[in-house]
Amino acid sequence: MLLQQLVNGLMLGAIYMLVAVAFTIAIGVLNFLNFSLPGLFMLGGMLAFGMMKLGWPWFLAFAGALFVAALVSLIVERFAYRPMQGSDPEVPLVSSLGFLVLLENLMLIRYGSDQQPFPALMPDMNLRIGEVVIGIAQLVSLGISVALVAWLSWFLAATNAGRRIRTVAESRETALLMGIDIRSLVPALFVASALLAALGGILFAVNYQQVSPFMGEGIGFKGVAAMIVGGMGSIWGAVVGGLLIGLAEVLSISMLGADVVNITVYGLLLLILIVRPQGLMGRPATREKL
Amino acid sequence: MSGYLTGVLVVLAFNVIAAYAVYLPLAAGQLNLGIAGFMAIGAYTAAYLTNEMGWTILPAVVAGGAAAGLVGLVVGLPVLRTHGIYLAMATFALGQVISAIFLNLDVVGGAAGYPVTEYAPPAAVFGLAIGVVLFMLLLSSTRFALYLAAVKGDPTVADLLGISVRGIQAAAFTLGAIVAGVGGGLYAHHFSFIEAQHFSVLLSVFTVLYVLFGGTQTVWGPLVGAGFFTLVPELLRAGDQYRYAIFAFVLILFMAIRPQGLVTTAMLRLRRRAGSAA
Repeated sequence: MLLQQLVNGLMLGAIYMLVAVAFTIAIGVLNFLNFSLPGLFMLGGMLAFGMMKLGWPWFLAFAGALFVAALVSLIVERFAYRPMQGSDPEVPLVSSLGFLVLLENLMLIRYGSDQQPFPALMPDMNLRIGEVVIGIAQLVSLGISVALVAWLSWFLAATNAGRRIRTVAESRETALLMGIDIRSLVPALFVASALLAALGGILFAVNYQQVSPFMGEGIGFKGVAAMIVGGMGSIWGAVVGGLLIGLAEVLSISMLGADVVNITVYGLLLLILIVRPQGLMGRPATREKL
Repeated sequence: MSGYLTGVLVVLAFNVIAAYAVYLPLAAGQLNLGIAGFMAIGAYTAAYLTNEMGWTILPAVVAGGAAAGLVGLVVGLPVLRTHGIYLAMATFALGQVISAIFLNLDVVGGAAGYPVTEYAPPAAVFGLAIGVVLFMLLLSSTRFALYLAAVKGDPTVADLLGISVRGIQAAAFTLGAIVAGVGGGLYAHHFSFIEAQHFSVLLSVFTVLYVLFGGTQTVWGPLVGAGFFTLVPELLRAGDQYRYAIFAFVLILFMAIRPQGLVTTAMLRLRRRAGSAA
């Protein structure tokens, strides 16, 4: 059933897409490979689960999880990004990974290491088009992801704030000379990427109805892969990369078996990096960090 | 020596070997996030040679290192065309692909893992770790270390000074792979069992953490970093489930206060000056 697998791949790709866009904001504008993002992805899913377990209605739980993720991201900015300016470019990696370990273990202490069932939020309804079955929850999350990314792309292209962000991405020094307040822009970008990652985690929890303290790792790394395949720093590249990685994963599971997933997904990444390092939709790097 | 202490020291020795495997390419400006893949090549090659071919441990481990080095050289040439974060991601992808290939190789047990019959005692592990450290100290006093620093500092200037930049980069990458392969080969024979899942991206990433934490400016950094990462979680064992959370917290604070790592050139220079004054 190829068509069904294509649909499943697209739905999974929508989650990767959000994570990839979160990574691409951090790297495209701030030149920071932020490994705390998989932790924030997990935090989104786990906290939404935890708050709903306390009896909160789902919208409050989701808002609460997003809020906490944004707050944690500000702490990451303060401790992992800000002190590292001017030092070896690999160093922020260490601290952001430190945050990933910290978040995972805090959740582990609170909720245990097992997978927890996430309550079904939407009526268990499926759309049937011919022989293809599409879950309502999956369709909604695909819609949310695409709409959000489209809005973000519009925001960057058309608004003043977007122009400021693109200026910083182009050249930090020039942006500073033009009077752009980088010190307030950077935390805002951290919050934006955290919200995207945490939303990805919530949507993942809603779609697949399970959460665990380690759910961020595999998806986070595939999000990075998606970002690079599409082209670092390009939002639509992240979209294409996310969908492509999702498709590659689902198709290789259904055709070749679950154990070869990493060969196809990361083989694809390796191939792209050797043949076309700037990614499918990226511009060649003129300047890079790390 | 108690069994517990020996166990901790063995883990420390393997971490030190892995840390230097990451340090060598890093000294030339390459962040290798796929070191676990090269350990896997060394481990599986050596284990296959002793299990199925009847080799003894020593040549098998050497062959494991050679195999990892060969793959490093062959894959390194196209991969080293990329720079910076692209190179880091390429090595990351490479590590994932290698461990996934071993996961699917039924000759060496596939997903079920691969038992190894020959056993290497702790003394062999300590010996190798000490050997690697001595080799690195020796290397750091040669011109090769200067070439690495030059290539890291500014490839264009290094090129203008007549250093073969591509050659040095490939050499650093390959040497790192060989060290990782030898470590992996001995790992297989000490623990008598290997599985592809062990050689995961997290192993690679944590090894990079040791090195960056210890500091990349001097050859002592990886040793100190590996020591800290192995011993402190053991000391925090009393903290039970809070152990890794406390550990991560300390790590974040430390890097915020001292981003250049624990051991720096300035620190060593200061000690030398104090030494000569006394």
